[in-house]
Amino acid sequence: MPSGVDASILDRRLVFVTGKGGVGKTSIAGALAHLAARRGKRTLVCEMDDKGSLADAFDVGKLDFEPREVEPNLFAMTMNTEDALKEYLRLFVKVPFIGRVGPLARTFDFLADAAPGVREILVVGKLCYEVRERHYDIVIVDAEATGHIVSQIGAPMVIREMAQVGLVRDQTDWMLDVLHDRSVTGVAVVTTPEEMPVTETLALLERLERETGVAPTVLMANRVLPNLFASRQRVVADRLAEAMPLLVDGAGEGVRAVLEAARITDVRRQIGVGHLDRLRAESDLPILTVPELFTRATGRRVVTLVADALDEEMH
Amino acid sequence: MAGRRATDRADLQALLAAKEMVLVCGSGGVGKTTVAAAMAVSAVTEIGGRVLVLTVDPARRLADALGVGHIGNDATLVPDSAFLDAGVEPRGELWAAMLDTKAGWDDLIRLHAPDAKIREAVLSNSTYQNVASRFVQSHDYLAMERLHELHASGEYDLIIVDTPPSRNALDILDAPRHMKEFFRSWLLRWLTVPYRSRLFTMASKPFYQIADRILGSRFLQDIAEFFMLFQAMEKGFVRHANEVERLLADPRTTFVVVSTLEAAPSYEATYLARELVRRQYHLGAIIANRVLPPSMSAKTSSTSARKLVKAAGGELTDQVADELGVSPDTVREVLVEIGTRFHDVAVVATREAERRSELSELCQLLVAAPMLDRDVNDVADLLELAAHFTE
Repeated sequence: MPSGVDASILDRRLVFVTGKGGVGKTSIAGALAHLAARRGKRTLVCEMDDKGSLADAFDVGKLDFEPREVEPNLFAMTMNTEDALKEYLRLFVKVPFIGRVGPLARTFDFLADAAPGVREILVVGKLCYEVRERHYDIVIVDAEATGHIVSQIGAPMVIREMAQVGLVRDQTDWMLDVLHDRSVTGVAVVTTPEEMPVTETLALLERLERETGVAPTVLMANRVLPNLFASRQRVVADRLAEAMPLLVDGAGEGVRAVLEAARITDVRRQIGVGHLDRLRAESDLPILTVPELFTRATGRRVVTLVADALDEEMH
Repeated sequence: MAGRRATDRADLQALLAAKEMVLVCGSGGVGKTTVAAAMAVSAVTEIGGRVLVLTVDPARRLADALGVGHIGNDATLVPDSAFLDAGVEPRGELWAAMLDTKAGWDDLIRLHAPDAKIREAVLSNSTYQNVASRFVQSHDYLAMERLHELHASGEYDLIIVDTPPSRNALDILDAPRHMKEFFRSWLLRWLTVPYRSRLFTMASKPFYQIADRILGSRFLQDIAEFFMLFQAMEKGFVRHANEVERLLADPRTTFVVVSTLEAAPSYEATYLARELVRRQYHLGAIIANRVLPPSMSAKTSSTSARKLVKAAGGELTDQVADELGVSPDTVREVLVEIGTRFHDVAVVATREAERRSELSELCQLLVAAPMLDRDVNDVADLLELAAHFTE
């Protein structure tokens, strides 16, 4: 893979990490942020839902809207519509009485529920704002899943169509400047080598640029199983069961489970290879591979291991 | 083992026979859609009756597996041939439908609009059109609404709902309450006041002053009109949401929580199961999906793996090579690889066993289904998966 612009996702200043639910978006986003910070970039990583998985990834109790330094150079925050609204009103509308904005925020919540794009534009606006103001060298977003990401980063375009005049309309212009500049904004789509995640990834690739104007940058294949055998070895491995009595005699009854484990791993690996081939056939984007970690650890340990794997892939 | 199979022991088949509505929940990526379809297929072959599976899966995959060309908002009958090809005789009928958010909203509007004028005004309002196709949270409510409608139709003996992927697993439980709150909110009344009573001007409201500056007045007017139209339908919507809410607690309803035994899904499944119990809903089963066989976490297996590595290159290698008629070098390589790699799998299996026992404390019925060797492509594959549910 040539180390062109496409592979250098960390050279962007705003990176959305998306993918089907359960593929490991948060670990990848955390690892990218860790890597960026390790390379000396002042980094912000932001979780878009309030599930708290990003806090778990860094083993910190709870994250807030106010970014907090979780590692040297690495700041983490969680998005919150009400706080984003308050900040927006303070910065742009110059509403003087921020203290009394509480009921307005609740009001806004309902409005935002009903008016598509309003909530999204606030949170996407907050991210673009951090990029525009250069508060950080890079902003990495643990974004919504494939099903919701289009309405999230497509919000500025939708709003621009809907709101003919007004402050928001003016502001969509600079947001779109940030989002539509390929040297500034990138999208990493995470998948596992399984049928549905790959299918959803392909469906997203088809829609993303058309409906949001934001181009996908790189694909990340997470939890890729190791290749156990060369083809010459696989022929033998597949026939080992024929010698089961000998093996049980030599290594004990437990050898059945050992052979079964190898068989399962190998079969799953083969299925996965097929799905990744499908991805390669239908997309020209570079694919970075993160191996299955087989670790019992969670949290920071996982972030470090994934970061190491990505580091190797990106060199 | 046979002695333990007492008749009073709960199993999934008994659950499906006893209930009329099954809500399949769990975090994204754990195989909810496939599990829901497998339960439906197995109910049709084992129990019979008219069974409907309501899915949110937009991919054609489930339609292909069931042998129907397309699954839409209206229920489609799965042809008998799909079962006969799998070597089984269906005892009843299997129907499949897919949740279509836009069509679902349109149906609700038609149902609740007090007259044709309001109905047409809502359907053609541009804010409504945006809301209906993009209002993400409404997926949950519509899934429940659809369940209510299908159950009330009296056409099915069993309805299995594959719930939408939510940001939060509880969204589905809270959906009816959110819908009611929306209609009862003072905001809705407040927003619509200027239109109902011209005594107030928009400019007199501080909210409008601010909102106007931010959003622009045309946008706001369109939204306000939408809210006003919506308020005309309050009664119907609230009454319906109450009925939908009651459906969750109905004794004929049960929840099945699906999870893999990985960290994040298990955590969410635990949370969801506890919340179901706290709210006194019926938690019928937890299905641990794609699990490794328990034998892989057994100590004897690890011991054998080590012996295999140690024995490689020695007498055992030669014996095996002899038996298979292949090169001893290749046998040695393979045995070392298999023995060494086993540790990786054992680590995962041990972790899974621990989570499995944690989950089993939350529900009287915990079912484990293994990772299948292939993707699910037809009814036979679904039945193979379902066979593990009743083991």
